[in-house]
Amino acid sequence: MFKNKINKNPHGYYFIAPFFISFFVFGLGPILYSFYLSFTDWSGFNQPSFVGFANYERLLGDALFFKSIGNTLIIWIFSIIPQLTIALTLALVLHEKFIRGRHLFHAIFYFPNIITPITLGVMFALMFDWQTGSINKLLEAVGAISEPIYWLNDVWLSRIIVAGVMMFQNFGFNMLVFLAGLQAIPHDLYEAAEIDGASKFQTAIRITLPLMRPVLIFTLITSVIGGLQIFDAPLMIGKGPNDSTLTMIMNLYEAAFIRYDYGYGATIAYGAFVVIAIATVITFLIPGVRKKKEA
Amino acid sequence: MRNAEGFKSSSSLTEADIKKKKRNTLIVRTIIWILLIIAAGICLMPFYSMIITSSHANSEIARKLLLVPGDHFFDNYNRLVDVVPIWRGFLNSLFITIISTILGLYFSALSGYGFSKYQFKGNSLLFAAVLATMMVPGQLGIIGFFRLVNEMGMLNTYWPLILPSISNAFALFFFKQVADNTVPQAMLESGRIDGARELAIFHKIGLPLMAPSLATMGIFQFIGKWNEFLQPMILIFDTELQTLPVLIASVRSQFNVDYGAQYVGIVISIIPIMIVFAIFSKQIIGNVMAGAVKE
Repeated sequence: MFKNKINKNPHGYYFIAPFFISFFVFGLGPILYSFYLSFTDWSGFNQPSFVGFANYERLLGDALFFKSIGNTLIIWIFSIIPQLTIALTLALVLHEKFIRGRHLFHAIFYFPNIITPITLGVMFALMFDWQTGSINKLLEAVGAISEPIYWLNDVWLSRIIVAGVMMFQNFGFNMLVFLAGLQAIPHDLYEAAEIDGASKFQTAIRITLPLMRPVLIFTLITSVIGGLQIFDAPLMIGKGPNDSTLTMIMNLYEAAFIRYDYGYGATIAYGAFVVIAIATVITFLIPGVRKKKEA
Repeated sequence: MRNAEGFKSSSSLTEADIKKKKRNTLIVRTIIWILLIIAAGICLMPFYSMIITSSHANSEIARKLLLVPGDHFFDNYNRLVDVVPIWRGFLNSLFITIISTILGLYFSALSGYGFSKYQFKGNSLLFAAVLATMMVPGQLGIIGFFRLVNEMGMLNTYWPLILPSISNAFALFFFKQVADNTVPQAMLESGRIDGARELAIFHKIGLPLMAPSLATMGIFQFIGKWNEFLQPMILIFDTELQTLPVLIASVRSQFNVDYGAQYVGIVISIIPIMIVFAIFSKQIIGNVMAGAVKE
């Protein structure tokens, strides 16, 4: 009775009010305003003028927009597959009891994750510079190549390098998430398996992977949403030959803040949002994802 | 468990078999160890290369692979800081990040606690709305955000970089769970019987109980804010007010053939992070893993 009386009073609203004021002003407001602006022509100097669906018609006929979707998906796939494989392998190995200096390995592999993406982007651009980069110098020094490779002028090599930055940045974080998941698995399950004479491999397939599945699925879903928004690091590496490493958000940035076509920029933002939403739904449709998420 | 295993083995296997098995395990473990050390070396190599290369003259950088420190660091450094106020940018970033993190933590904890402890009308609906925004890509509203900030006369100020930290959906979700698990309703009731006001109860009972989780979320918020790039780049015009990531990006374009200066810029953005991480890596990694479990 007493509890109910207290809980019905309006204090709860005071507690959440600052959050929602900020949320409406800086979050939801701009999102809805952007939706309006996506139907206007606005160059930043004039007042936005309503143009109906003209921007959206332009978007559907814009080859660069579709190319940026393709680039983003290709870079994402090139980065996510090795990233999760390496993270899971390292997590499984570092979870073994016999590893000494475990904390040092955690720290080294996690370190790239706290470096600013801009810095990592410039780092990779410098390392793969065809005239002065350390990668070409290294390959020349060991005699693997005689002429420097023009990495960032090749459609696929430049995409792989952008994917490489994303992988380098994130594998350590995913490794820690997987390690946290592994530590949450009760020890007695492994002890029971050991007594039953199960091999390491059998234990991994039958116990570890099924119990890790929710963690793996969570990682996959967040990586879809995050990975399709990549911007900072690819911007530092450049657009590549024929815009082959231009990502969706880079395309948005260039339309709005380089070409001052803000109305169309807002349209690209909504186009990118639809792509990310579809990709997220598809991830949920992968057999087993939804079922295991609920469990 | 090791004893039990040994006992079981000796009953079914001969002495020679055990020795062979032990030797094989040792070989496998040594190989895994060596591979881990190589992987850690590869992970650190780019950072090592940046530091070494930053201390050489441009002519040397273009000529050969550099493995040992040179003596041109201060030449490169002086050319860089004459043009780009990189330390000022460092302080600007530090200021924005610290204020944003404190504000973000306080208000997220406040509203998470509000959602957890008060059954006001619309509680679950509003909470679901907050969760839904977590799926929305961050850049969706950027054009509207830019125009609203402009209309409010806050361009080229830190307000639009700091204030949105108050409404971080991920942090709110995190702190609601924390409040659910660590703040017992009974303690709040006893505070009320003593006649304390609701906000005082939050400050004296709720917040201290939630304190360990503040560190966990604080690390995520700090890293996220420190790395922010698109927002300061489009909202801040004054080089003197600009943040470190934007200045690093501008170094890339302003010094496009002066590689030595670019390398120094990278080193300046890495070294302080490296020092902080070397001191606090145990706490940071522990908190990241704790955060991963709560997700």
